[in-house]
Amino acid sequence: MARIIVVTSGKGGVGKTTTSAAIAMGLAKRGHKTAVIDFDVGLRNLDLIMGCERRVVYDFINVINEEASLNQALIKDKRCNQLYVLPASQTRDKDALTLEGVGKVLDELSKTFKYIVCDSPAGIEKGAHLAMYYADDAFVVTNPEVASVRDSDRMLGILSSKSRRAEQNKDPIKEYLLLSRYSPKRVNMGEMLSVDDVQEILSLHLLGVIPESQSVLNASNAGTPVILDEQSDAGKAYQDIVARYLGEDVPHRFINEEKKGIFSKLFGSK
Amino acid sequence: MSSNPQNAATQRPVLELKSSSFTVPLLVLNKYDLHLISDQLAFKVQQAPEFFKNSPLIIDLDTLVKTTKDIDLKALFGIVRKHKFIPVGIRGGKPEHNAAANELGIPVQSATQTNRPTPKPQKIEPAPVAEQQSDNVKNQTKIITHPVRSGQRVYSHGDLIVLSQVSAGSEIMAEGNIHIYGTLRGRALAGVQGNSNSRIFCSDLQAELVSIDGIYKISDDLNDISSGKPVQLFLNEQNLEIEYL
Repeated sequence: MARIIVVTSGKGGVGKTTTSAAIAMGLAKRGHKTAVIDFDVGLRNLDLIMGCERRVVYDFINVINEEASLNQALIKDKRCNQLYVLPASQTRDKDALTLEGVGKVLDELSKTFKYIVCDSPAGIEKGAHLAMYYADDAFVVTNPEVASVRDSDRMLGILSSKSRRAEQNKDPIKEYLLLSRYSPKRVNMGEMLSVDDVQEILSLHLLGVIPESQSVLNASNAGTPVILDEQSDAGKAYQDIVARYLGEDVPHRFINEEKKGIFSKLFGSK
Repeated sequence: MSSNPQNAATQRPVLELKSSSFTVPLLVLNKYDLHLISDQLAFKVQQAPEFFKNSPLIIDLDTLVKTTKDIDLKALFGIVRKHKFIPVGIRGGKPEHNAAANELGIPVQSATQTNRPTPKPQKIEPAPVAEQQSDNVKNQTKIITHPVRSGQRVYSHGDLIVLSQVSAGSEIMAEGNIHIYGTLRGRALAGVQGNSNSRIFCSDLQAELVSIDGIYKISDDLNDISSGKPVQLFLNEQNLEIEYL
């Protein structure tokens, strides 16, 4: 039985798709057969971030409407043969998604895949609801900024009441906090919410902190999940997160300001 | 001016005689023991002294007349006045008692059927405030152990106890009291069905809005309250007051 992970936030633009791509690649690189699905019908981005936008023939809606089989729609990643991408439709809108349709696709994927990462759209409407309905784990991506924290809190409320697990009175979805676009320097200046501030408002288990990094833009331009950039701090942060999720005990990095060594000061940082 | 009643009727009226009814506490006596009556009445009054001070009182002799022949009404009224009541009537007495009462300037109330169930011995009605609470409010205390997230609403028919935080953008409501053993950042509304005796107890008040029986204060009004200190909120007359615990 596959483990279904939803990457959600409520707020838009916090790093859900970046995170979905990175996590899916991280899990696949460790040998687990992983599928990553784009639930943002009409505004698809996952295929761009994954670098497979020129190989999209069939999409999620096609599969739900039985216009194509799952095997025809899934795109195998060229860098890692354990990773598959199921892109969203760009021409239809979210009304084409149905609860039963999504359930059927997830059931079929569960037969052969170990992890299914669902990249949720922003908001709390149908698209977001369907992305999280069947989830076992939820990665709530939050920026250390008041609007994002408020929206994440709202999303947590919805996760605990409107998911299938909640409706069927099963064990609740396991919620994890991913604090993205974190800048220790600004936190120290008092401009940005710290990890503790966010924890106080959300009371959520911290899976990891992803620092604000220029490598994220570079990665999305190149169509490579940032976790593959082993030099970048964001890439390392995602690697830590995958390790922690799989049960390893990894200390949190990137929370405190790095003391720049003399060479970094002389030659500039990345 | 002539005091002729005919003339009085044609002049502009300076008074009106109207029919009205009032709720008055009834002192039901079961045994004619003046000492015990005084002691036990003192005990009752002690539970809510300000409530009963100068309160009108009607003495019910219905049970007493069945067992006792001689009832000294003057003594009874004396006891009642001693405990700061003002006797305004008797009922259930025999003709001789009624006559004695009238002579003392106390009217006789008709012994009408009450629709209330048989009052318990020596129960003074209406019951003091504390007892009324448990009669009216359905004792269904709702206990919440998980955080109340933004957008969620919780409603309790009785009291509500929250053992975690209440996030901004959420609403918790109760017909009774509300206890929050965590940080309140959202809205809390107590006594929502008209119970002005409800209170809100909170470990850390950072609320968007607090209200008791419709009287509310918003976050701006709560600026003076330091966060992190336990507080209680209650209604005093029509004022929502806040006190540190």
